[in-house]
Amino acid sequence: MTLKTGAEIFIECLIKEKVEVLFGIPGGVVLPIFDKLYDSPIRFILTRHEQGAAHMADGYARSTGKVGVCIATSGPGATNLTTGLATAYMDSVPVVAFTGQVATNLIGNDAFQEADTTGITRPITKHNFLVKDVKDLSIVIHQAFYIAKTGRPGPVLIDIPVDVQRAKCEPIHPEKIELRSYRPTIKGHPVQIKKLADAINQSERPVLYVGGGVIISGAHNELLQLAEKAEIPVTVTLMAIGSFPPDSPLYLGMLGMHGMYWANMAMQNADLIIAVGSRFDDRCTGKLSSFAPKAKTIAHIDIDPTSISKNVPAQIPVVGDAKNILSELVKIVNKKKHTDWLKQIEKWKKEKPFGYKNDDKLRPQFIVDKVNEITKGTAIVATEVGQNQMWAAQFYKPKYPRHFISSGGLGTMGYGFPASIGAKIGNPDKTVIDIAGDGSFQMNIQELATAVVNKVGVIVCILNNSYLGMVRQWQQLFYNRRYSAVQLCTHAKRPDSCPAPDFVKVAQAYGAEGLRVEKKEQVVPALKKALKIKNKPVIIDFIVEEEENVFPMVPAGAALDEIITSLV
Amino acid sequence: MKHIVSCLVENKPGVLARISTLFAARGYNIDSLAVGETDDPTVSRMTIVVRGDEKILEQVEKQLNKLVDVIKVWEYSSVEHIERDLALLKVSADKKNRSEIIQIVDIFRADIVDVSHNTVTIQITGDEEKIKAFIDLVKPYGIKELVRTGVVAIARE
Repeated sequence: MTLKTGAEIFIECLIKEKVEVLFGIPGGVVLPIFDKLYDSPIRFILTRHEQGAAHMADGYARSTGKVGVCIATSGPGATNLTTGLATAYMDSVPVVAFTGQVATNLIGNDAFQEADTTGITRPITKHNFLVKDVKDLSIVIHQAFYIAKTGRPGPVLIDIPVDVQRAKCEPIHPEKIELRSYRPTIKGHPVQIKKLADAINQSERPVLYVGGGVIISGAHNELLQLAEKAEIPVTVTLMAIGSFPPDSPLYLGMLGMHGMYWANMAMQNADLIIAVGSRFDDRCTGKLSSFAPKAKTIAHIDIDPTSISKNVPAQIPVVGDAKNILSELVKIVNKKKHTDWLKQIEKWKKEKPFGYKNDDKLRPQFIVDKVNEITKGTAIVATEVGQNQMWAAQFYKPKYPRHFISSGGLGTMGYGFPASIGAKIGNPDKTVIDIAGDGSFQMNIQELATAVVNKVGVIVCILNNSYLGMVRQWQQLFYNRRYSAVQLCTHAKRPDSCPAPDFVKVAQAYGAEGLRVEKKEQVVPALKKALKIKNKPVIIDFIVEEEENVFPMVPAGAALDEIITSLV
Repeated sequence: MKHIVSCLVENKPGVLARISTLFAARGYNIDSLAVGETDDPTVSRMTIVVRGDEKILEQVEKQLNKLVDVIKVWEYSSVEHIERDLALLKVSADKKNRSEIIQIVDIFRADIVDVSHNTVTIQITGDEEKIKAFIDLVKPYGIKELVRTGVVAIARE
């Protein structure tokens, strides 16, 4: 019998779970674990803030499809993780987070750096554990990985008191994890799939409304087969960008608040909506009472039954894994043409074409357009949150799934940069670009140190408009242009203010590369220069038009077809 | 609309907190909640009385099922079932009205479980309506204290 300490068991379990990299920050009650990490084969990335660690684990997970892992100490370490956990929870990202906890005999005594971590994280994790006995540790860790990556994935947190890390036992590593209370439905019900096939066969104006579930389940090939066989146009949510070939004539692009006019019109005029791994979020549906008035049938494929009929009642619910269900569905739908329907969509495309003002000013859309052109949609693009995120979604057209990484559900500013670091660490041979805003980037700017020290070559394109741009846009449109608390003063060349900060100097101070672009003709050379710099982050500070707006726009509370395409 | 939802859950610390957090976070109203171990000591059974329309009930059942520690969830409105609630009431009673109260207790097949110079303590079991009717009747005498277990339910065979 070989007895091992909790800390040794932790390392052993992570190796068995094939964890390659761990993001985090040490602290008092995780010292036994960090002592064992010292000579373990697992790569450790020391971040500068625990939120950064959680987002890096998340970006690593979204871009690779593997489980992302992070670790923090008790109290403030754990509370700093929470924004990252909530972000991963809303977007169904498999993350396992470890936190240290005060010794079991001190729990509940308001000990130094004590917080009720499992209590705080209960509503923002798929599941969490407090391990009070070292004998449970190995099984709990294996269960946590299993829960995080199966079914509808999500973050799982394990809180480990310091004395449990020191205590010894003989660990058990079960061959297979089985939980009587957790059995996700994978296979779709054949009767429901048949019903859906019949509805598709009878439909005149079908639309596939696709969400992040398609990317998570790896169902993009099956989706393409179905769309092509039955000739069904496809619109995607923010989370599903990259799930369908952007150059396909069936691709409508993103729908919803800042989606394409024709995608929203297709939803409003369809007789059959087939939702796949999407959840009828308010940003996609607009005003619920006027959503999809002509739809005779709404079908909903989702692995999570709670998503079905939550916001919009589904006449044909199919619970299960999207890949599994779509592959069955493809076999039994009829080959069909929807020529009139596609013609109608073409008419909408011509009626209100999508674009931006391509004059001699430096506009943010132009920059993302060039990023797309130069990388040919093969780079992994992470985004921050706000206007930059919507422009990235509208103009970057990734060729593959897991190449567009964005905080959709929670809308976490500060997400993109650490997520891009995690994505680059998981995909060292790929170009990774963070489309950022001057506001969001400052929310996790400290991770520049992490990227420099670990030689992580990500490119940050700051679309610097010197504003909290999306809030400013809403104030302009709905609050009579009363710009309240949105000016950031980050424009280096503003005559009336000193730039705070000067992003080029910040980059240089951290040992990163900093470039500034103020003119349109400098955009392509700057991007090309940045792409040549390896093993080092590059910040490009694009000084863009200050009051550029994101269009089209469906105002909050309006119907999908009440869309504003421009201010004039 | 009132619904009785039963669920089997892992008998572990924190499970009750998970369920109450879920109800609070999603804005569902709990009328009553009763928890106890089953014949299998690793499993607890919760009976939750919740108010809401069919849509809310559907979400409650699905959300409960989604929790990792919940083994099984079902609801009783479409099933023939027996429901019971137990109440203990301490009612003011003096020499003059004690016999009146005892008569009411007899009619309801309740029990007097304690007596003092100026109170009687009554135990009553039954469905919610019976208990409500009893409370209404004894209220004029003065209820000093009232405690209820919450509804538990079981299906008829």
